[in-house]
Amino acid sequence: MDHLLEVNNLEVNFKTYGGEVKAVRDVSFHVDKGEVVAIVGESGSGKSVTVQTIMGLIPTPPGIIKGGTIQFQGQDLLSLSKKELRKVKGSKIGMIFQDPMTSLNPTMVVGKQIAEGLITHQNLSKQAAKARAIELIKQVGIPNPEERYGQYPHEFSGGMRQRAMIAIALACNPELLIADEPTTALDVTIQAQVLELMKDLQEQTNTAIILITHDLGVVAETAQRVIVMYGGMMVESGTVLELFENPKHPYTWGLLNSIPDVDGPEKKQLVPIEGSPPDLFSPPKGCPFAPRCKFAMDICVEEMPGAYEIGEGHHAKCWLNDERAPEVDHAFAPKKKEAVAVGSEA
Amino acid sequence: MMVEKLMEIGNSQLDDNLVEVRSLKKYFDIKKDVTVKSVDDISISIRKGETFGLVGESGSGKSTLGKTLVGLQAPTAGEVIYNGQDVTQLDKETKKLVNKEMQIIFQDPHASLNPRMRVGDIIAEGIDAYKLFKGKERENRIYELLERVGLRAEHAKRFPHEFSGGQRQRIGIARALAVEPKFIVADEPISALDVSIQAQVINLLEDLKDSEDLTYLFIAHDLGMVKHISDRIGVMYLGKMMELSNSDDMFTKPLHPYTQALLSAIPKTDPRAAKRERIVLAGDPPSPTNPPSGCRFRTRCPHAMAICAEQAPPWKEVEPEHWTACHLY
Repeated sequence: MDHLLEVNNLEVNFKTYGGEVKAVRDVSFHVDKGEVVAIVGESGSGKSVTVQTIMGLIPTPPGIIKGGTIQFQGQDLLSLSKKELRKVKGSKIGMIFQDPMTSLNPTMVVGKQIAEGLITHQNLSKQAAKARAIELIKQVGIPNPEERYGQYPHEFSGGMRQRAMIAIALACNPELLIADEPTTALDVTIQAQVLELMKDLQEQTNTAIILITHDLGVVAETAQRVIVMYGGMMVESGTVLELFENPKHPYTWGLLNSIPDVDGPEKKQLVPIEGSPPDLFSPPKGCPFAPRCKFAMDICVEEMPGAYEIGEGHHAKCWLNDERAPEVDHAFAPKKKEAVAVGSEA
Repeated sequence: MMVEKLMEIGNSQLDDNLVEVRSLKKYFDIKKDVTVKSVDDISISIRKGETFGLVGESGSGKSTLGKTLVGLQAPTAGEVIYNGQDVTQLDKETKKLVNKEMQIIFQDPHASLNPRMRVGDIIAEGIDAYKLFKGKERENRIYELLERVGLRAEHAKRFPHEFSGGQRQRIGIARALAVEPKFIVADEPISALDVSIQAQVINLLEDLKDSEDLTYLFIAHDLGMVKHISDRIGVMYLGKMMELSNSDDMFTKPLHPYTQALLSAIPKTDPRAAKRERIVLAGDPPSPTNPPSGCRFRTRCPHAMAICAEQAPPWKEVEPEHWTACHLY
């Protein structure tokens, strides 16, 4: 079966005064219909640049798309003209941003911002678009939709603004929804509401979602597959269960170890990842994580490892998975009953 | 003379409470006839050597409480008792000495460091204000502090923009430590940091607590981290304390419906447990300018009864050391 979205060997650089930043390096992944794929990584890992490239939001210059292809329903998005791309984006791909305050137009009532896309891309009349917008406001769980239609973003709370953004993104029934840290700016109880809403809508409409987040809890609760990015590269990818129970990259181990266990009875010392994220101006010749990696070997600084296949759809870019590599005793304790005892000792 | 005064304060202390807050109120008049009751009649005590976690969503008043405690804001009413003395009643000079023992670490390491000052001078601000060291001694103290928080002596000459978020937070911690405080309010110290860096800063704070004999008020909205670092936890909502207990009880048997919803809202990092039932609160928190009558949580509470609108629930010790304000108990 053809994938809904297929990204192959994507390379994106940025020209700056300090030199060329390699923001995205050799990223390849796919998203199928109705699937939720999470991209996890820290600031500067390239996760946002990756999806912004898919949406054609990278300004060129300073951005340079060095190579790769982005196939959406068989069309290469990178080869489309601006006008053609806008058509695809408007009707088939929706996007939600992190900060709903800066992504809504403060001088335009919220309802009009929802109706705008319907008029442009679905050729609805003004009245029909208004009726549909009110329906959408209701669907995303905002009370008093008729009254809310005519209000400005500043009259909405943070959670409601994010709901309005979701309504805009879903207005044209997109095939793919890209959500860039949709709940990071929200309080936990509001985050729970918004995640629940996204899940419900996804089940109703069977829209595929790319969810960008740094919160592993959000990943575990919503995604089917996960991509872990570090220093502009994909270091590990696989199903949620594989990633959480059988991770094979030291960076993934580090991420899982540096979050406290809410359910655990006693306090364990957190195991942080020492050091700071890599300098993307002159990325190391070898693995970008090697300088912070406890298990780094000589080869790690010399040569970038390839993607080792761990299981079906589970890949890790780490030399430790080579058959010549030594066995390492990492402190990661998978959440399986028999393994907990071993892990807590380490 | 300074030392004597401090001894005096120390001797007057009778129990193990380092900081005590009694009926503290902090109101802000934002417009004519509009008052926000950010902290409304809160009484808590923070014990010597403990980490007291303070949790709440935006607008709950947790940061205001922290800032009022260390004297960055004057309370509208109520007492802040440090080491047995009401800080709000002290004369200016003694107050300055007490303030030296209470320091604060801020959330945003980008906004809380002066971009035009060198790191060494930022750290030494307290040292200079209290005239603790001069010249070579001052310099050595700066180097010592930098190394204490995991930075290097040569960093003293640099400017804040040359550092990453985690490193800046370490600078903020060094600045707080410079005057040898006993009590530190950490106001969301890790919220702006990446996950892998958060654990570094938390471990540093825990190390320092042991080595420098500190007491913390740790303010956060990340419940996982609060549980990890705190001995006791207080939960705030719209200016009121809703529940208070030790950290394990709070997570295993939360009493207040708000705490229950808050805990249930944390995304679990176990993909197999993800399909659980979650308490999802309806609606948004009400505006702090016009809080609901009676219990402030009643408009979103799944268990609200008639009495909740009429009467504010009393602050009650439902189980030993486990307090809550809810009509269910």
